[in-house]
Amino acid sequence: MTLDRAVTDAAAVKSRDLRANVVWMALGISALIVAPYFIYPLFLVKLLCMALFAIAFNLLIGGCGLLSFGHAAFFGSGAYIAAETAKAWGLPFEAAVLAGTVTAALLGFLFGAIAIRRQGLYFAMVTLALAQGVYFLALRLPFTHSEDGIQGVPRGWLLGIVDLRDNLALYYTVAGIFLLGYLFVWRVVRSPFGQVLRAIKDNRPRMISLGYPVDRFILLNFVLSAALSGVAGSLKALGLGLATLTDVDWSTSGEVVLMVLLGGLGTLFGPVVGAALTVSMDDYLAGIGIPVPVVIGLIFIAVILIFRRGIVGEVLYRLSRRGSRIGR
Amino acid sequence: MADAAVLELRAVEGFYGESQVLHGVDLTVQRGEIVTLIGRNGAGKTTTLRAVMGILRQRRGSVRVMGQETIGFLPEKIARLGVGYVPEERGIFASLNVIENLLLPPRLKPGGMSLDEIYTLFANLKERSASSGAKLSGGEQQMLAIARVLRTGADFLVLDEPTEGLAPVIVAQIGIALDAIRQRGMTVLLVEQNFRFAAGVSDRHYVMETGRIVDMVPRAELGGSLARLEAYLGV
Amino acid sequence: MSLNGLLAQLLLGLINGSFYAMLSLGLAIVFGLLGIVNVAQGAFYMLGAFLAWIALTHFGIGYWPALVLVPLLTALIGIVIERTIICWVYQLDHLYGLLLTLGIFQVMQGMFVYWYGTAGLSYSTPHALTSGHNLGFMYLPNYRAWVVAASLAICFGTWYAIERTRLGAYLRAATENPTLVRAFGINVPLLVTAAFGGGVALAGLAGVLAAPIYQVNPLMGGNIIITVFAVVVIGGLGSILGSIVTGLALGLLEGLSKVFYPEASNMVIFAMMIVVLMIKPAGLFGTER
Repeated sequence: MTLDRAVTDAAAVKSRDLRANVVWMALGISALIVAPYFIYPLFLVKLLCMALFAIAFNLLIGGCGLLSFGHAAFFGSGAYIAAETAKAWGLPFEAAVLAGTVTAALLGFLFGAIAIRRQGLYFAMVTLALAQGVYFLALRLPFTHSEDGIQGVPRGWLLGIVDLRDNLALYYTVAGIFLLGYLFVWRVVRSPFGQVLRAIKDNRPRMISLGYPVDRFILLNFVLSAALSGVAGSLKALGLGLATLTDVDWSTSGEVVLMVLLGGLGTLFGPVVGAALTVSMDDYLAGIGIPVPVVIGLIFIAVILIFRRGIVGEVLYRLSRRGSRIGR
Repeated sequence: MADAAVLELRAVEGFYGESQVLHGVDLTVQRGEIVTLIGRNGAGKTTTLRAVMGILRQRRGSVRVMGQETIGFLPEKIARLGVGYVPEERGIFASLNVIENLLLPPRLKPGGMSLDEIYTLFANLKERSASSGAKLSGGEQQMLAIARVLRTGADFLVLDEPTEGLAPVIVAQIGIALDAIRQRGMTVLLVEQNFRFAAGVSDRHYVMETGRIVDMVPRAELGGSLARLEAYLGV
Repeated sequence: MSLNGLLAQLLLGLINGSFYAMLSLGLAIVFGLLGIVNVAQGAFYMLGAFLAWIALTHFGIGYWPALVLVPLLTALIGIVIERTIICWVYQLDHLYGLLLTLGIFQVMQGMFVYWYGTAGLSYSTPHALTSGHNLGFMYLPNYRAWVVAASLAICFGTWYAIERTRLGAYLRAATENPTLVRAFGINVPLLVTAAFGGGVALAGLAGVLAAPIYQVNPLMGGNIIITVFAVVVIGGLGSILGSIVTGLALGLLEGLSKVFYPEASNMVIFAMMIVVLMIKPAGLFGTER
């Protein structure tokens, strides 16, 4: 999927303004710190997990322009493995998250090696088929308990010190990991690796002719995206105590696409906004009895028809236009 | 006759996205004429034809076909005025066989050639009628592309490089076809790089350079203008 | 596993395959013309079943009239959706088309879940086709025989219309080069809309045929569409013949694997999908686009 030039340019403009970045970062961190005093911490945990998932997904589609239709496989496998290792093996929190992440990364390597040989629609189809395989495994493997899922997952202790049964402690842990994930992606995007990826997205044949091992770059990006999705899934399973078939269902793959499109494909903060909106809507609408998939579907349609840059993307676009008018 | 001009372009501008390709094209084609558009590669000749057919979406100015202003028309509406298009890439459909390709364009006006007349003009097509469109040689494809618009009764033909890449014996056949076309009173606008061929069939030549018409040479004046034309074509 | 059991599974597989074939036909037509994978095809299938049920319970319109009315109504609804929503993404990357139809699918399925829940409603077999025949080596229910015969006829009819008629030639040509076809004077946008309508009508018809066999359930589209994707990819995304043959073959394959390893029967199709995508992405019958 091709990203609007305007958004890329706008993002570049924004990144040049380092002071603004620091201010935004400080604001963001402050918001993270005070949020649980205004909003129910477990809701925030769920929100941050989905936001991290969205950021991970955006790494692939924004970075390489590849639409994966099977990212739920990474999110869900992270969830299942973290849940199982914490509950049945008694692993502490950080080890369980690590187990989930590594599983997702390995799966990502496997999927990626197969899928990246194709692009566009065929890539999406391969990832869908592979994810269906994971769904099938989740349905049939004994430890996943198929329709029941893994319930009553203990949160355990963080580093043996912090008791995560306290919602506030859990929240700050998750928020911390989320922040690390966000900063990681931010660094990756601005690194030489990120630049090469952008160049590949813009003109793949040229990069091949220049001698870049294009497939390896894309595969690495894919694995990073999968691993980060695994982190999100693990956090969600441990934080909310539950790993279910929905986590590996193709509807979850679809939902993360919506989050990223809604927030702004290719922007750094967009996926967070998209995830926040989607999760909040899910919660609010379910509470008042309006069919959630209908509203989500309608928003999806509206975003694709009118609103393709997404919320943050649109904001950045307008800002860059204003900047260019003032500057010249 | 009320309006003898089959085609009139006035100040036609054409764009591909952000870049402007046609910078104000003016030309006229009278009924019964065969007019060529010549010029170097990239001059905008094919783009002009696409503007006439309505295939070029971003176009401005005035294009009058058979007296009707068509600048805002969709391609199917322009075709139905009686215009037959033979594109540069010939456009033979691989998923159809020869006879399906031949019969595909619908009848636009009465007076189109019958299948027998077409087979007389292009004998090869009869033999190959059941072959898939993809299996034809370049020359056969070109003949098919011309043949199918002849069947529709279109009385104004727009041909883009009909002799490109073809062997002399095929080029000669196309020349004969164009004679038959002229005999029937049809009007033709063609783009042609092969100047010898163009000189042999056309009544007038428009020279195009960087999106504009820079010269017009009638048949009678060809001999005297050869040096000038060669300069335009960079020969 | 007795011969009886094997044949029963194969029959079931053939029936599933018939639905796969009909649904993927519609997908193939739309993909060939527009390059868009119409996820909503599953929703139109579900719509067809529901329209049949509604026709029966609220209007007393029985199965046989529904076979004609429901596809027409489905086509109408599909055409309205195409003209108002889908046509706006034709100029964009084809993946947007897939996502858009996914959104439409969500809305349609969501509405029906909201109205009817997820329990499923029953639709009785039409009187003329109840009971069956004992063939000696197996028992053949009449209705199921009818479904197989009808879908084969429909598939063949569609194939014939596309490969052997003038209108079909227009469609095939428009799939290859829509601009040139327009330059011949054919109203291609109209053709596209009509073909889209035809494609979803096939889904709606499949829904009516399915109603007496599977329960009429808002989730029935979602369950089947993923498998239909696999069929279409394996057969070749734009290939008419590929959809029909692959749909039936995969249904049979699925039925056969149910005999030996029932849990993995659905996975067989996805495994094949991956293999095909890696070796010949255009599909068994497809040509590189």
